[in-house]
Amino acid sequence: MVRSINVEEITRNVKEMCIEANHYLSPDMDAAMKRAEQEEKAPLGKQILEQLQENLKIAAADMIPICQDTGMAVVFLEIGQDVHLEGGLLEDAVNEGVRQGYTEGYLRKSVVKDPLIRENTKDNTPAIIHTRIVAGDKVKIKVAPKGFGSENMSRIFMLKPAEGIEGVKNAVLTAVKDAGPNACPPMVVGVGIGGTFEKSALMAKEALTREVGKHSDIEYVKDLEEELLSRINGLGIGPGGLGGTTTALAVNINTYPTHIAGLPVAVNICCHVNRHVIREV
Amino acid sequence: MDKHITAPITKEISKSLRSGDYVYITGTIYTARDAAHKRMYDILAEGGELPIDIKDQVIYYMGPSPAREGRPIGSAGPTTASRMDKYAPQLLDLGLGAMIGKGKRTPEVIDAIIRNGCVYFAAVGGAGALLSKCITSSEVVAYDDLGTEAIRKLTVENFPVIVVIDSEGNNLYETAIKEYCTEA
Repeated sequence: MVRSINVEEITRNVKEMCIEANHYLSPDMDAAMKRAEQEEKAPLGKQILEQLQENLKIAAADMIPICQDTGMAVVFLEIGQDVHLEGGLLEDAVNEGVRQGYTEGYLRKSVVKDPLIRENTKDNTPAIIHTRIVAGDKVKIKVAPKGFGSENMSRIFMLKPAEGIEGVKNAVLTAVKDAGPNACPPMVVGVGIGGTFEKSALMAKEALTREVGKHSDIEYVKDLEEELLSRINGLGIGPGGLGGTTTALAVNINTYPTHIAGLPVAVNICCHVNRHVIREV
Repeated sequence: MDKHITAPITKEISKSLRSGDYVYITGTIYTARDAAHKRMYDILAEGGELPIDIKDQVIYYMGPSPAREGRPIGSAGPTTASRMDKYAPQLLDLGLGAMIGKGKRTPEVIDAIIRNGCVYFAAVGGAGALLSKCITSSEVVAYDDLGTEAIRKLTVENFPVIVVIDSEGNNLYETAIKEYCTEA
């Protein structure tokens, strides 16, 4: 049975999700931030984490975005193949949702029309849209506005297979070390291992939307996530990059089959305002 | 240690600040980020005059979110300073007093800070809602067409910052990390 969904419903949801994501952290991120505040050893680091708690309270109570960089809207769509979308083009509907959300929600317009001519589009469109066709008759929408302080510190390494797991660990630690205070730690580190050049980057981005605290189902990947988190927190970068024991809240790794000649590793870094809202329509 | 200062900032004050000091700023500061810096840089290259007198002023690297009705400003936290590194030494040589941002600076900027007896402050990144509460007024004074990237004159009250690089070149990003680093 084919189920019809009017794209206006996509627009309405995307709009609400942009506003929600920029004012409230998801429950997993909220819990991770509270835990970090309790566990941080450095006095200045602790003070910064307390300020970030206060910041979250003010953001929610007064409807002021958590961060002024309300991001470029990254939207993941999983479309059931039994869905028939009607009433307009899907991508237009998503962009209309972003336009309404950023305009009516007092969010910052941070998108320029051309990467070199750099004229602001004034409504934060276009979004970055990733679409996947899946089984079923629903549409799953994930809205993840991404700030560029941390985006700019993200990296791709095309390793040699001989570099193996040690090479992967070095790549992740190098990216985090280089990012330091620029990426607004405590950060969340999304990693994509395998696939092709672009597949690894997309996996790293999507890994950021995984619930913080939830590990990979693959045993060795789970171990790698835990080891890397502990070693990143041993770098001493700390909250705000001003020294401390909390540099990252999570390392989320996604993997995919790759070519006999390659070992791509993408590291997508997100600040502590790791925004993601998920809905199903 | 905790210190309270007023802005604009005199050389005497900036030289008294030490890397690691927690400072509350009250007074007038200006915002400028990527696009405004590029314009100022181009104007200077053409022999023109800057739209604001930057002597002893504090520039805050920040582009706010829009203000809701009845409020002076929206979310207002610092942006990454390294993108302004290309432009900062020249402004410091022209008399700029201090910068507020977040993140590392190049050796060229640090040299210019030392040469001119200035200071680089960090505000807490991602605390834009909290920091907006310390801003009591905001007025666009140049480059209105740049939207969030326009130059704004802000009145601030006890605006909290941390001295990262002081006038002697001490750098908190380097010293503080060593204390907590256990990773070889």
